[in-house]
Amino acid sequence: MNTNRAASMLALGADVSAQAQSRINKRPHVTVRGLSKRFSDAVIYDSFDLDIPRGKLISIFGPNGCGKSTLINMIAGLVPADAGEILFDGQTINEITFGYVFQNYREALFPWLRAIENIEYPLKLKNLPKRERDDHVERLVDRLGVKIDLNLYPYQMSGGQQQLVSIMRAVVVDPEILFLDEPFSALDYEMTLFMRDQLQRLFVETKTTTLLVSHDLEEAVYLADNVLLLSRGPARVVDFVSYDAPRLRSDATLSDAEFVRTKAHCLEVFQREVRKG
Amino acid sequence: MRLKAEDFLPIIGVIGLIALWYWAVWAKLVDPVLLPPPTATFRAMWTGMIHGKLGGDFLKTVERTTLATLIAAAIAIPLGILLGSSERVYRSVEFVVDFFRSTPASAMFPLFLVLFGVGDKTKISVAAFGAALVILFNVAYGVMNARKTRILAAKAMGASRLRVLTDVMLLESLPQTFVGLRNGVSLALVIVVVAEMFIGSTDGLGQRVFEAQQLFDMPDMYAAIFAAGALGYSLNLLFLMIERRFVHWAGK
Repeated sequence: MNTNRAASMLALGADVSAQAQSRINKRPHVTVRGLSKRFSDAVIYDSFDLDIPRGKLISIFGPNGCGKSTLINMIAGLVPADAGEILFDGQTINEITFGYVFQNYREALFPWLRAIENIEYPLKLKNLPKRERDDHVERLVDRLGVKIDLNLYPYQMSGGQQQLVSIMRAVVVDPEILFLDEPFSALDYEMTLFMRDQLQRLFVETKTTTLLVSHDLEEAVYLADNVLLLSRGPARVVDFVSYDAPRLRSDATLSDAEFVRTKAHCLEVFQREVRKG
Repeated sequence: MRLKAEDFLPIIGVIGLIALWYWAVWAKLVDPVLLPPPTATFRAMWTGMIHGKLGGDFLKTVERTTLATLIAAAIAIPLGILLGSSERVYRSVEFVVDFFRSTPASAMFPLFLVLFGVGDKTKISVAAFGAALVILFNVAYGVMNARKTRILAAKAMGASRLRVLTDVMLLESLPQTFVGLRNGVSLALVIVVVAEMFIGSTDGLGQRVFEAQQLFDMPDMYAAIFAAGALGYSLNLLFLMIERRFVHWAGK
């Protein structure tokens, strides 16, 4: 079914002129307009506007408690907004397929299901027969080069393996957009490095629009096409920094001059915002 | 699996208790009529179980306790899920559940006697009533305390409210449900034994204890008490084993 869809999309792409194609690609994927949110007394967002470009990996970074997670939760429809409109190519969140990866994989995975059953679960919700589900997962395993035993239960796996399963569960449905809420912050450094590369590989492979909340500036810049810097609440967009080092990026990237400059710039903006509060 | 020295530690308490018992009999601390030696008691238990009435009474109590627990579970588990799936519904009946859960079930005997007469029905239904409230309370809490992240994760994958209930909340509540079942079966046993003592009974462990005491047959009485203890312990163990089998993820 999915290969069919991909094939027809390719055919469509061939018909449309290259110029028109690039115009479509430049149109923002997600538009956020007039978003407002308050928790009891605190105003987190007040008439917040944002355009999210298509096929980019956007890191969201900002002072503690500025509402980074709340932003992606509202965009993903997990937390209701008080006011405002969020559209994905003109569609609402209920009309599109998306993936979401939680920070706390231990509480997000289903411990009563084996890893492979966890990954298949969203396909099951779509009423796909067992054989197609298996095919999907098999293809995903090949694409990611995953070498873990998916017949284990989540609690039999390491933290990194569990989060990898979470990510696979989120992307197995070929989402139009992928949300990740501090996905690696519960992992040790070694595992974090490995998982960053897994995520990069996946992104290069699929070019899915990705929103990543991070509390680690190095990670935010390293993974991003754009770093979205937010102010203290009510949050505004302070800067939308581009970083276009070629992928796959590696350890060498971390000491690259452009990387260091971008990170320093983000840190400066961040410090300015922190001092304001 | 090799047995380690630690595995034999629980036996020390048993040996200690029997030694203490022998010593008390030997030193004549208690009237020998009231406290027979362990050998006499175990002999009474053995012959009672194999040839005498104790075996039949034991089975009768097992039957009543099992029936009561099954009835309680059949009513309380679905009801608990229903109550737990909506916090507002649960809050509105919480006081009633807590009130009757705190009411000694034995105080309900006269009421159930009026309703069901002096037969088995009364014993089983009072025990089922007590056990049901314990199970209900635990199931409802298990469902209510399902991890918010897990429910959100299911919703994010597009699960309907019904799917969230069946695929997440139900399974999340299983460990707590088993706590309820273990407490429920213990309570059912207590109520059944008490009912067998006093509500015109002709059989059951409670009746056996009571009759042996009336006849001043102390070895028989202790034998029946130990049989009741063994039954309670085994039921608890049985549920623990079922739990480990079906709720393999609990506590991990």
